[in-house]
Amino acid sequence: MSTEFSSIDFLINGEKRSVRVPPMKRLLDVLREDLHLTGAKEGCGEGECGSCSVRLNGELVNSCLVPALQAQGARIQTVEGLALDGELHPLQQAFLHCGGAQCGICTPGMLMAATHLLANNPHPSMAEIREGLAGNLCRCTGFTRIFESVISAAAQSGEERHAR
Amino acid sequence: MSTHAKTRIVGAPVPRKEGVEKLLGRARYVDDIEREGMWYGATVRSTIPRGLIREIGFDRRIDWSEFAVVTAADIPGQNHIHLIFADQPCLADGQVNHCDEAIVLLAHPDKCKVREAVAAVKIEYETLPAVLSIEESERQDVVVWGSDNLLKSFLLEKGDVEAAWAGAAHIVEGEYRTGAQEHLYIENNGVIAEYDEVDGVTVWGSLQCPYYVHKSLLAVFDLPEDKVRVIQTETGGAFGGKEDYPSTLASHAALLAKKSGHAVKMVYDRMEDLAATTKRHPSRVRHKTALDESGKLLAMDIEIATDGGAYSTLSSTVLSRATLHSPGPYVCPNVRVRSRAWATNLVPYGAFRGFGAPQAVFAVERHMDEVAAAIGLDPVELRRRNFLHDGDTTATEQVMREPVILDKLLDRALAESGYYAKRKKFVKENLSNPVKRGMGIAAFYHGSGFTGSGERNLNSLAGVDVTADGKVRVLVSSTEFGQGTNTVLTQVAAEAIGLDYDDVVMAPPDTGIVPNSGPTVASRTSMVVGKLIERASLQLVALLQEQAGLDEGFSRAEFFRACERYRAAKGEVVSLCRYEAPPNIFWDDQKYRGEAYPAYAWSIHVAQVAVDTVTYSAEVEDFWAVQEAGRVLNPVLAGGQIEGGIAQGIGYALYEKVVLQNGHMANNQMTNYIMPTAEDVPPIHVYFEEIPFSHGGYGAKGIGELPHDGPAPAILNAIRDATGVSFTSIPLLPEDLFLKLAARPIVEEAAAV
Repeated sequence: MSTEFSSIDFLINGEKRSVRVPPMKRLLDVLREDLHLTGAKEGCGEGECGSCSVRLNGELVNSCLVPALQAQGARIQTVEGLALDGELHPLQQAFLHCGGAQCGICTPGMLMAATHLLANNPHPSMAEIREGLAGNLCRCTGFTRIFESVISAAAQSGEERHAR
Repeated sequence: MSTHAKTRIVGAPVPRKEGVEKLLGRARYVDDIEREGMWYGATVRSTIPRGLIREIGFDRRIDWSEFAVVTAADIPGQNHIHLIFADQPCLADGQVNHCDEAIVLLAHPDKCKVREAVAAVKIEYETLPAVLSIEESERQDVVVWGSDNLLKSFLLEKGDVEAAWAGAAHIVEGEYRTGAQEHLYIENNGVIAEYDEVDGVTVWGSLQCPYYVHKSLLAVFDLPEDKVRVIQTETGGAFGGKEDYPSTLASHAALLAKKSGHAVKMVYDRMEDLAATTKRHPSRVRHKTALDESGKLLAMDIEIATDGGAYSTLSSTVLSRATLHSPGPYVCPNVRVRSRAWATNLVPYGAFRGFGAPQAVFAVERHMDEVAAAIGLDPVELRRRNFLHDGDTTATEQVMREPVILDKLLDRALAESGYYAKRKKFVKENLSNPVKRGMGIAAFYHGSGFTGSGERNLNSLAGVDVTADGKVRVLVSSTEFGQGTNTVLTQVAAEAIGLDYDDVVMAPPDTGIVPNSGPTVASRTSMVVGKLIERASLQLVALLQEQAGLDEGFSRAEFFRACERYRAAKGEVVSLCRYEAPPNIFWDDQKYRGEAYPAYAWSIHVAQVAVDTVTYSAEVEDFWAVQEAGRVLNPVLAGGQIEGGIAQGIGYALYEKVVLQNGHMANNQMTNYIMPTAEDVPPIHVYFEEIPFSHGGYGAKGIGELPHDGPAPAILNAIRDATGVSFTSIPLLPEDLFLKLAARPIVEEAAAV
């Protein structure tokens, strides 16, 4: 890895941040080590488990596979950016009540994948939910209650729209 | 009786205690924690399965003065990891007995440099012949452990098996095999250790059993009990994989901390975790079964062999549970189980959800379908004719004193799954469809808590206290790793005292603070530790009523006022209880007879499987699980345990294969060790029948391991139903299906239409 450092600026969870890091440093490590945002986890380091998932310019990415330089100027959303003013995001609320989180290690990544899914498809079918979460491994739940959480959050956001 | 009484909090779907922290991404797992001046540790491991260490060479191009370097010579106490026997070294000394065995430890302030340095330590070996399978170990031409390679053996005998053969109408034999399975917790093993001449060793880590690690560190460092402190950090999955291994890893990090004078973090990456840590024991089980004309069991002769790996670790207790689960939930007058755990030069196999039962249940439940086919009986009917009922005795002569409702569970499973209607429909459809569908069933029990006299020997201590800021704390070393310890134990305390769920919190899982409530294993937490918390909570109320003027029918505020009066007068408000065995529990370790478990959870699984005869893939399309596990303390969490266990069991049956090359795991990556994803897991339908168990916390029995026992046999039975071909070995991958199905084309049946 190059030991040269570059300045990289991005918008993270709506906040402008700048770091000086080796350009090929993994975005996951930049988040965890330089910004102390430890919500994203390393499960495999090769893009298989999805526990490091974040959204980058509206795309769902495995942050263990993204070099820092690719995040230059990007909008990044992590699990820490989901709750607003201490209020749980509807997905977090649904995961809490439906039992979508057990050990919690895949949860930040799973929440980002679910956020991404609902952002692009507010009322996904079961097949679409399965496909949307297929890149995120959970060893505890057998996924069933994660699916229920996503369905419940989608229904809730539908109701909210109706209420408005 | 409290277990039958109406409850407010127990039985309610209250949200997971630590759920919000996890959902906000704020829960602190070990890799999220930094310590002042922390260094990073790494491990130099053996590359051969067996040999003598001739020389440890350090590449001169590296400035080793920057590093802390630890070998066996640096161990201040005993060079072994304390568990059951003292045969496993903390660091290899002179000889290695399996690939990826730790030889040298390194630490450095720079995480990247320490990883690079591992490759710069060269070990020279004189190789010794290695034993890499059960069969090689059984032959005993190369002895690699003890005098005969035998880690442990058991003999369970009821009646006279040999005398039964002559009078049998049918005798059916079969052999069944299961492979290794990796836990694949998404958080790898990891710890941080500090060492101080005055305070001794402190370890933070991802682990199940703080007091196991504590005991191991005492031996490795030769320190008194108060100089070792172990703190569990938020743990990202365990499934048994963090039962014994953390004792090794914590010892390694603590040795580096002592040598370097710094806090040392050791967090494995996935490849190291997969290659070097424990897995489920591979097994080979042989059945010989005698039945009478009507399909009643007359004799079961069972031989179990497991691969234990290079050191004894938990192989004896895993084998014990396999032995006790091998005859299945059936009545049989003559049973003989001969079981043996064999040593090989492989990474020691260890605890994994089910702990020997999934292997044994796979064999007996697969075998029941073979028996049914051989004697021309419906597999459901064969099971029903032989089920255990109240008052029957098991193979260990344990009388079933608690209700056994297998018939009811079976009826419900058949009804919910539409078992017979589906089978009928599939028989018709399969004639013309290249995708063959079938239904499979498995009936089984799982013994809750430690085997035999285990709980008595553990002698667990647990309780509650009340803090000055008005919270009741649950005092246990029982840990949370996703299964729900925090939630159910705080539910139990809140219920028993009469408080709100939010009034009760968990004390930190820190051996400096909490008593030893035993290890977090064996489906014992809700049942055994839950009962201790229930008792300690009621005892606290009684104490406050006797000594602090708390009246009957007290309010929340009155309770906490009474606590403050007690505190002012007597000091700490605390109530501890020690384990008390249920009456009539007797176990003879010598004869292997008696009450093998204080309680059993019962279950029926039904799998609907589709086998594609073009691609040779097998897909579980639908799954039903009906169980009786005592009182359900939290329906959301209990359902989650069942679903998660079934998903893991599906992986065990159809996906997860540990490939070994000369004793080293060759597919030690998530890319090629495949677990079921969101697209692979079928709809899972979960039903509970509840019969409170009077000696479990609010009537609970064990639940965590039960669901892993059934999926593999149910799925392979469904594949037999679909294809007419028997498969007796797992994992069953498409290539395995191809080999047998292609040899016996199913096209014939289609042609017959």
